[in-house]
Amino acid sequence: MKMLINVAESVVADALRGMAAAHPELIVDVEHRLIVRRNAPVAGKVGLVSGGGSGHEPLHGGFVGRGMLDAACPGEVFTSPVPDQMVRAAAAVDSGAGVLFIVKNYTGDVLNFDMAAELAEDEGVQIAKVLVNDDVAVLDSLYTAGRRGTGATLFVEKLAGALAEEGAPLERVEALARRVNESSRSFGVALSACTTPAKGSPTFDLPAGELELGVGIHGEPGRERRGMMTSGEIADVVVDAVVEDLRPDAPVIALVNGMGGTPLLELYGFNAEVHRALAERKVPVARTLVGNYVTSLDMAGCSVTLCQVDEELLRLWDAPVSTPGLRWGC
Amino acid sequence: MNASTAPGPVIDADFLRRWLATAAAVVDREADRLTELDSPIGDADHGSNMRRGFTAAHAAVELEPPQTPGGVLTLVGSQLISTVGGAAGPLYGTLLRRAGKALGDGTPATPEEFRDALRTGVEAVGKLGGAVPGDKTMLDALVPAVEALSFALDAGAGLADGLAAARIAADEGAAATVPLQARKGRASYLGPRSIGHQDPGATSAALLVAALADTAAEAVA
Repeated sequence: MKMLINVAESVVADALRGMAAAHPELIVDVEHRLIVRRNAPVAGKVGLVSGGGSGHEPLHGGFVGRGMLDAACPGEVFTSPVPDQMVRAAAAVDSGAGVLFIVKNYTGDVLNFDMAAELAEDEGVQIAKVLVNDDVAVLDSLYTAGRRGTGATLFVEKLAGALAEEGAPLERVEALARRVNESSRSFGVALSACTTPAKGSPTFDLPAGELELGVGIHGEPGRERRGMMTSGEIADVVVDAVVEDLRPDAPVIALVNGMGGTPLLELYGFNAEVHRALAERKVPVARTLVGNYVTSLDMAGCSVTLCQVDEELLRLWDAPVSTPGLRWGC
Repeated sequence: MNASTAPGPVIDADFLRRWLATAAAVVDREADRLTELDSPIGDADHGSNMRRGFTAAHAAVELEPPQTPGGVLTLVGSQLISTVGGAAGPLYGTLLRRAGKALGDGTPATPEEFRDALRTGVEAVGKLGGAVPGDKTMLDALVPAVEALSFALDAGAGLADGLAAARIAADEGAAATVPLQARKGRASYLGPRSIGHQDPGATSAALLVAALADTAAEAVA
């Protein structure tokens, strides 16, 4: 597989150097693997720190900035960051109002953020944690590591980020982040496996003419393999999976997300089918975001995340945000 | 189990430094295989993560060699936590840190002290990850390895023979993960489709036990 890289070992550092060059409004610490708002800590504001394996860009580093994250900790490709990174990030963004860790529910992320929380608290930083676990493809949470954190992470980071920007205290920001996660569900589909730089070949074998339902965002295979379907048929399967689990009784924000290797042309066509499917199921859509936001390297495919909203969440969604990956209202 | 009459290797800082050098070399050599095992049921990075961690740990220990066996294990564990990432970093890091702390400041350690320390470390891994044997994790190699070592020592074997038995138990434990359905970690998302693949974590754990057995065997020879 041809890749636009120097060597596999330096892909994360190389990308960070490139981010630094493109975004002078961010502090990009290549050595310690940190992306921080240049004006951090913002006086009186709760700090938001997230992180995870690289390969999901723009998540998380691309969501650092006004109205969203204060810092992001990128790990190696598909590997959670190490505690040292989160401890350093917490110290960099804590104004005294405390820090919220936004953690996707994967064993590695949970363990590393837990260790970091202990160490940061030892250093006098008040830490709260919210776990994102929105992936309905994981059915049996009792006998698995639990539902994965995927597209809802964007909603948690945006909405909690907006509330923190308003000066809300840590308990409220944490409670809202939890509420956003509980109001969100996702389901993903792969048309092709992704290729990690370290391996150099697709992580699983997906024959032409087949797709994989219920994939995660780490190149791990999904729950079920089926023959290729049309965009409309895929939308029905995905929307059914999400709506049956979420059972929304209020409008939703829809994230129609690309996995990294699917063109926007296809993604917008898919969005039309998602809207059609939601309308047929009487789910009103308040806002829609279409694009590659929570990706899985070069995987072709898509996911849909729905977040049921009330007036407060909608107001926070519309609030100004200025990050490399998400920008409006300012 | 034949009780060995050969004098066992002395479990001091130097012994564990030699173990670490052997382990780092084995992990480096087997990294591609670990990543390959991690592809169908994981995310294809276990080998590269372990290689990065053991390379860093080896460098740190050689830079400032601790004077006690507990000190070596604790330093290696801290280095793994700081460099591996994923679940493997905290889990292997906790295993070695807890074992190192259990050994305390004494040197050398007796085989029984060493076994007890390893058991403490393995129990800490189970607690941290919430896994039990049979979940298709590194515990499927580590728990039988400690049990085999314990059984051998109780039967009067020396450390080298005990670790040779532990190595066999770890290898068998890793191989026995093939028919298991994963209940922890990323492979668990596959449900029944995780069956038929050997667990990469159990495999790397068996490599580390094998490195221990090799180090002891070389010391006796």
